[in-house]
Amino acid sequence: MIVYLNGKAYEAKPEETVLQLALRNGIYIPHLCYHEKTGKAAKCRACVVEVEGIPGLKTSCNLPVRDGMVVSSKSEKVLQAQRMVVDLALSSGQHDCLSCEQNGNCELQDAAYYLGIERPSFQLYDNDYEVDDSSEFIRVDRSRCISCGRCVEACNKTVVNEVINFGNRGFDTKIVFDNDLPMGTSTCVQCGECMQICPVGCIIDKRSIGSGRNWEFEKVETVCPYCGVGCRLEVHVDRKNGKIIRVNGVEDSPTNNGMLCVKGRFGFDFVNSEERLTTPLIKENGKFREAEWDEAIALVASKFSEIKKEFGSDAIAGLASAKVTNEENFAFQKFIRREVGTNNVDHCARL
Amino acid sequence: MTNDIAGIKKADVILIIGSDTSAAHPVISARIKQAVREGKSKLIVIDPKKIVMADYAEIYAAHRPGSDVAVLNCMMHEILKNGWEDKEYIKNRLEGFDEFKAEVMKDKYSPENVEKLSNIPAETLRQISELFGKAKTASLYYAMGITQHTTGTDNVWSTANLQMICGNLGVEGGGVNPLRGQSNVQGACDMGGLPNVYPGYQKVVDEKAQAKFEKAWNCKLDNKVGITVTEIFDAMYDGTLKGLYVMGENPYLSDPDQNHIIKAMERVDFMVVQDMFITETAEYADVILPAAAFAEKDGHFTNTERRVQRINKIIEPPKGVITDWEIIQLIANAMGSDWNYKSVRDITKEINELTPQYAGITWERVGRFGLQWPCPNEEHPGTPYLHKGKFARGKGLLRPIPFKEPDELPDEEYPLILTTGRVLQQFHTGTMSRKTEGLNNLAGPMVMISVDDAERMGISNSEVVEISTRRGEITAPAFVTKRISTGVIYIPFHYKESPANRLTNSAIDPIAKIPEYKVCAAKVQKIN
Repeated sequence: MIVYLNGKAYEAKPEETVLQLALRNGIYIPHLCYHEKTGKAAKCRACVVEVEGIPGLKTSCNLPVRDGMVVSSKSEKVLQAQRMVVDLALSSGQHDCLSCEQNGNCELQDAAYYLGIERPSFQLYDNDYEVDDSSEFIRVDRSRCISCGRCVEACNKTVVNEVINFGNRGFDTKIVFDNDLPMGTSTCVQCGECMQICPVGCIIDKRSIGSGRNWEFEKVETVCPYCGVGCRLEVHVDRKNGKIIRVNGVEDSPTNNGMLCVKGRFGFDFVNSEERLTTPLIKENGKFREAEWDEAIALVASKFSEIKKEFGSDAIAGLASAKVTNEENFAFQKFIRREVGTNNVDHCARL
Repeated sequence: MTNDIAGIKKADVILIIGSDTSAAHPVISARIKQAVREGKSKLIVIDPKKIVMADYAEIYAAHRPGSDVAVLNCMMHEILKNGWEDKEYIKNRLEGFDEFKAEVMKDKYSPENVEKLSNIPAETLRQISELFGKAKTASLYYAMGITQHTTGTDNVWSTANLQMICGNLGVEGGGVNPLRGQSNVQGACDMGGLPNVYPGYQKVVDEKAQAKFEKAWNCKLDNKVGITVTEIFDAMYDGTLKGLYVMGENPYLSDPDQNHIIKAMERVDFMVVQDMFITETAEYADVILPAAAFAEKDGHFTNTERRVQRINKIIEPPKGVITDWEIIQLIANAMGSDWNYKSVRDITKEINELTPQYAGITWERVGRFGLQWPCPNEEHPGTPYLHKGKFARGKGLLRPIPFKEPDELPDEEYPLILTTGRVLQQFHTGTMSRKTEGLNNLAGPMVMISVDDAERMGISNSEVVEISTRRGEITAPAFVTKRISTGVIYIPFHYKESPANRLTNSAIDPIAKIPEYKVCAAKVQKIN
């Protein structure tokens, strides 16, 4: 199937939409409510395009491709309409890019940049929303909300926690938690799915505020150290200070599809904890004292060797760990079996 | 899991028994909730607590802790009685059917009789059996609620029996799916962190396996099965075990009958603990060795669906800290050995060579999203679900499993059943999760008690009460709720200030040697 987009022919997949075809081919069309996970919404209307033979403008996020379709996402008529939509979104509420945590990682900002909008043109009625800081980990600033509905979809259909919805009508429309409770006292489990999918700076990681700009952090993928689901993490790390700043779920991971739980998203203070051990400790007269690695290793080796010699290999046992890597567990059981000479090795699989 | 996470949505009916899924495996619970919400699957939940998943269930039933075999046998009794079993599958793929059938068809497994054992109404048992039995594809999910019993092995056999007679094993979307509780508990088992098997479940008593590892490692190996964690602490207590090496574990809080564990640790001659922190267990050590965190090293974790995934080094460890395998190598060589791993990749390569299921999961091949074992060679795409077309052992073996009561039942002195588990916001013994203040603010110690029992004893919500068993007592704030059955209390085991495992029974399953955390007799008293 061939679709002509801005004068060029593209091979289209029968099940996709015009927006999906464009994005797959690296062509940007502004879109604020559409997200690949929450799907077509056709609410924000930023993604309008012109289609030959169809009067008016169509939202590309819910427009199925057709063979021979001729689409323009860059005609003056289209750009004018897109500009109006994005300008209105930018004019409602307080989108203060300079101090916003999402600066550089904001889809409204990207759309405004693409359309050449320097500052909002309209003075709209201001709702004077108070920031909802009631949750342990998530901050909600409704003055930055563009009512795209992604968080509502994600909370209800992706993680199915069914906490977020739209409340009120018209200009007073806002996202609410349960029956308009503060997020922290609602039934929210703080999985952070809404935060990850929010296109602007409305729902953000409370604890990473002020810790640096998005482009300063390196993003590295790894696997969550908590339960056995094996959710894939995208860790934002501040290389200069060796600190974990925030964690996202990896969207295309087959284990978690971007989702995480409250521990897997926010529970990493232990890594940079001041309580971390940094030197071996040896107990003397009931008290621990710091020791060099050489001394500690020599002591452990000589004690195990002595016990082995005096009482036999079976007088020693080892507990491997369900929290270290395969390689480390392999090395551990090899040590117990080969060097100590016993099969007394187990771990907390039963506990 | 015999099956994979992506296949969750392929089931017509999903049964959760003995898993507080949204608390312990939140992202899998989201997948199940999606399947229910989208109308693809119907959910059955059987649990003594009315867990969050029960809110999404077509049928929810609260059973008496420890009555799992009775409930599962009753389901099979009803399924066979009504002819809902998969007759072709039984004929072609299973063996032992007649002996198995003779057991489950006994009158004691009729819904009326199992109602007396399980407290689930006979009518509900019938509805559950019908919904499950008539499903084209049904899947079964469990966690420690099935295994942590003196009848843990029997419980697991029963889940397998049920899935076999319904033809739900070896099919996409079906399966017996134990949810593994820790990031790499699957890998620790796969890598031979068990007293009876080498990596890849090759038995230490098998001469061929022994010869293989003796040759690979150029040494003599012992062919006698070692002792399990519960037996290790008994041997320390008795004085026969003199030295213990603990890597990243915290038995002080995770093992049953804490007073016994403490005495055992006090008695052992020499104990070394390798960890990120001075854990409660490390306090009893003679030497503590600082180890790197997950974010500070490369390697692999294997998840609950047997997916081997790469973990990447994100930051440098604190100065002076090295990784666990480096420490092990230092000790081995200080004992006069010849270890020479230059990097973690050298160990991965040795795993590929010695572990048949991991042979094709090489460092170069594993990719961003890993591979699911068995993956026997470098061309193999991995195995999303097991037993397709044929069971690993050939024919699936059905076993008659008679119902047995737990080790310790309530009596006049200790009239309640104590069961333990996790909450969403904390993890295991809290070594990692309790370092995040926000998580502690969200979830502290508690004892969940039914409204009936609380009213009878005059206990109000949040009131600190004393909970005791034959092994010890603790205090914790009461969480009075309709979500737990009358006569049952629930305590999460994460907290050193209210350690549930001071109360638990160390009686173990005779085969799996797993302690009975899910049932013991307890009492609750007001403090004043």
